[in-house]
Amino acid sequence: MEIPYSVKANPVTGIPNGKFGIWLFLASEVMLFGALFSSYVLLRVGADVWPHGRDVGLSIPLATLNTMVLIASSVTMVMAWASLKMDQFKKFRLYLGLTILLAFGFLVVKYFEYTAKFHHEIYPSTSTFFAIYFTLTGLHGLHVIGGIIVNSYLWGPGAKVWRSEPDRFANRIEYAGLYWHFVDLVWIFLFPVLYLL
Amino acid sequence: MNPGTWRDWLPYPPNLSEHGPGVDQLNTYVHYLMFVMFIAWAIYFVYCLIHFRKREGHKAVYNPAKGKLAKVSEVGVILAEAILLIALSMPAWAAYKKNFPSREEALNVRVIGEQFAWNFHYPGNDGVFGRTDPKLMNNTGNSLGIDMSDPHAKDDIITLNEFHVPLNKPVIVDISSKDVIHSFTINVLRVKQDAVPGMVIPIHFKAVSGVGAHEITCAQLCGLGHYRMQGFVYIDTSEQYAQWHAQKESELQGASQ
Amino acid sequence: MSEVVNHHPVHEAHHEELGFLRKYVFSTDHKVIGIQYGLTALVFLLFGFSLIMLLRWQLAYPGKPVIWLGKILGENFMPGGIMLPEFYNMLGAMHGTIMVFLGIVPLAVGAFGNYVMPLQIGAPDMAFPKINAASYWFYFVGGVVMLYSFFVPGGPAQGGWTSYTPLADIAPVGQTWWLVGMVFLITSSLLGSINFIVTIVQMRTKGLSFWRLPVFVWAQFVTAFLLLLAFPPLEAAAVLQLMDRLAGTSFFLPSGLVVSGQMIPNTGGGSPLLWQHLFWFLAHPEVYVLILPGMGIVAEVIANNTRKPLWGYKTIVFSILFIGGMSFTVWAHHMFMTGMGTTMSTFFQTTTMIISIPSVIILTSLLLSLWGASIRFTTPMLFAIAFLPMFAIGGLTGLPLGLTTSDIHLHDTWYVIGHFHYVVAPGTIFALFAGIYYWYPKVTGRMLNSVLGKIHFWLSLVFMNGVFLPMLIQGMAGMNRRYYDPTATPWGKAMQPFMEFISWSAWLLAISQIPFVINFFWSMWKGRKVTSDNPWDATTLEWSAPTPPPHGNFPTPPEVYREPYEYSVPGKEKDFSPQFIKEA
Repeated sequence: MEIPYSVKANPVTGIPNGKFGIWLFLASEVMLFGALFSSYVLLRVGADVWPHGRDVGLSIPLATLNTMVLIASSVTMVMAWASLKMDQFKKFRLYLGLTILLAFGFLVVKYFEYTAKFHHEIYPSTSTFFAIYFTLTGLHGLHVIGGIIVNSYLWGPGAKVWRSEPDRFANRIEYAGLYWHFVDLVWIFLFPVLYLL
Repeated sequence: MNPGTWRDWLPYPPNLSEHGPGVDQLNTYVHYLMFVMFIAWAIYFVYCLIHFRKREGHKAVYNPAKGKLAKVSEVGVILAEAILLIALSMPAWAAYKKNFPSREEALNVRVIGEQFAWNFHYPGNDGVFGRTDPKLMNNTGNSLGIDMSDPHAKDDIITLNEFHVPLNKPVIVDISSKDVIHSFTINVLRVKQDAVPGMVIPIHFKAVSGVGAHEITCAQLCGLGHYRMQGFVYIDTSEQYAQWHAQKESELQGASQ
Repeated sequence: MSEVVNHHPVHEAHHEELGFLRKYVFSTDHKVIGIQYGLTALVFLLFGFSLIMLLRWQLAYPGKPVIWLGKILGENFMPGGIMLPEFYNMLGAMHGTIMVFLGIVPLAVGAFGNYVMPLQIGAPDMAFPKINAASYWFYFVGGVVMLYSFFVPGGPAQGGWTSYTPLADIAPVGQTWWLVGMVFLITSSLLGSINFIVTIVQMRTKGLSFWRLPVFVWAQFVTAFLLLLAFPPLEAAAVLQLMDRLAGTSFFLPSGLVVSGQMIPNTGGGSPLLWQHLFWFLAHPEVYVLILPGMGIVAEVIANNTRKPLWGYKTIVFSILFIGGMSFTVWAHHMFMTGMGTTMSTFFQTTTMIISIPSVIILTSLLLSLWGASIRFTTPMLFAIAFLPMFAIGGLTGLPLGLTTSDIHLHDTWYVIGHFHYVVAPGTIFALFAGIYYWYPKVTGRMLNSVLGKIHFWLSLVFMNGVFLPMLIQGMAGMNRRYYDPTATPWGKAMQPFMEFISWSAWLLAISQIPFVINFFWSMWKGRKVTSDNPWDATTLEWSAPTPPPHGNFPTPPEVYREPYEYSVPGKEKDFSPQFIKEA
């Protein structure tokens, strides 16, 4: 049994099922992070005092570095997909590998930021600011880890599909890329909200 | 229509406050609307079930019913809802929430909910509440955390589950909670307001009849003792109230000497 | 598994002969998943109902011991057979949670949506069969977690199905399990809803334009959007509450909380009402998740049994779409008593009045569909037409609750319970029964017995009303809900005969379900076999598939030639013109 439009685009909507699915998934993710950002606004408006991130020890240079790292990883993700489209499988592996490495780089920086906080005995329970800081960055971190797992699978065992069904595989990389750009986008919101404003 | 007749056929509890009839009136009119709609639907419905049942020689008609009457009645329903909303509900709610009597003219009482009791805090003769601090709260005599070093605190009357209000005098109640969400409910006064920790929510009412004791309950699930979180409101004549107040003050002076 | 492989050597041409596990347990066939959803949900419905029957004993006879139950349930719940107040609260909280999230939604969406929707649009399966299976298994694990929470120290969640903070923040560990279970259930409905939307948009068969979709498919479509967009905020809220409980944060805890004379260690600074906003942002659309699929089923059954087209098909569809969009703007009408000012309350009571209009329009359209009909009183039709007045009561009693001023008196009383149960119990559950009686022959190839079905219907109708009508009166009289001992207040004591009456009605309602259970299993093996693939002479696509439909559904993809409910078309020999049959 063959599911219609699982690889080829539906002539009416112009996209295959998977692409539609990933967009819907991202819509629900927007609602998830939207609810958390709304909570942030509500808590901040209701608070007597609200600290600036830099005043309570958040490192803007490190976060800027991390922003650059994530943006770079988004670029390599696009390159990976483009390489597949140009039928250059080796280049694809290189770029997707770079994406994964950059994601790890992001997590390593995040790890140092977290441990520095714990070292100063700052925990989620310290204040409402740190509660929302750890929750938002933690949830974002989980999304990064999710991306690493998916991309690693597509880099390794999942890449077998390339030989039998190249179109299907290219689609998968595109969907993983869409998700990855979303994770990047969330960080671009998180960075000013937590560190700068 | 006088309040007596339209209250009788719906099982409301007695209604003793000034704003109460407005609440019941809306409630009754909404139920009128509901009954009219339901009965009209039901008559049509039962007629259809009998008249259009499957039987010999009867066939379904392909073309839809005209539905002109239905459309007209839908517009009627919309209008009725709009009238109830704009003419009755909004003004009554605004009166309940906005048109507060002045603080000077009214009796001010703080109500503090806790698992599972209602605390009442009266400002006493000086009319000023003593300072309170959650850090001072304990189970041995200072459940509201009153700072006794504050001179205004000396004459503050604290009662547990016992709420005295004078008849025909506006009362402003500032409602809060020590622990979880409760809901301060006096059915006979048509008073209901959630007590939310971290917030102080004022409401006001005026008891216009019903001298005597009436129950206060909690309407929001607050834990295992939710059902027994009850007190009594005593609607006093002004003499009774003055007497009660004076007695409480003299008890306080006796204690401090 | 290796044994299974040996039984079916590789040289077999089609690998359709799957092992037992792959075929019936870990299947990716939407029909098997639908049946899995259905059976699991029915078990949970029964379980959730049992909880409330236990609770009704305490309400009818407060403090009266039941020795044998005490022995079964033990000292932590019913010492000496007397129910503890904590246990009472657990029963209430878990009844609500199980009925809504593990019973009705999985039955309405997971079972009927999964089984019927792809058939009605002529698709071979869902767009993502594996994700569909994952959706069921997330639901299953969520259910197991909820059941497991009965055995943790301190028992399951006891803060109501709404889990209001701070009460839920300071509750025993069962609340944590409740939150974990919810995260699984949210994930499940997320996966399901993506699948539904993609399938309906992408995989309609040839000729099936949007304006030819059955109302049931439209209802599932809008429902899927509600699940997709409304559930994530609850997931966010669940994450925040988990942080409060496990990491010591204070998202929902304001400063200076003193619980039983002790200042709690959290720093404070949070807002208890934040939880309510996030919760109701989900839970109001959730109400329409409960009712829309029910309306869809009722529309199908009514069109089929009146033997004429639905009145105002497009009107109904637009109303459903309008309800779907509007349902995101009414959530705070559950929060009128939380200290809301005039501006907010004006907004929310106005939106609430507006959203009542499309419901009235749908109901009126279904009623008008009866005019000029030739009504067959089959068992599914009995449940479907009973849905109309029952849902009418449920909808109408929403009006005084939606207006702030009358809500002052009725908020958090039994009136509220009566209101929403009229919507979901004799409303949605009757619609679901209609669906079960209607589609059972397609699933099993056998009819359900109609005598047992009619007994089931009439008894259920009488006792449903016996349960919920008195609740409206109790509420008008000002009785608060969620009271462990209703006789604790003098006013409640006077109303106690109502409590006894309701409890007996509930127990008799339970007994009324026995004919259904017998019918359900007996008919599976002994029921009358259907002689055609279309036993109800229906017009929609699911009846063109073989009975029961094989993996892949249709031998050749069907084609659609007309609107969904072409019954009694003038000049035709038969009184139904199916979508899938080409006629001159």
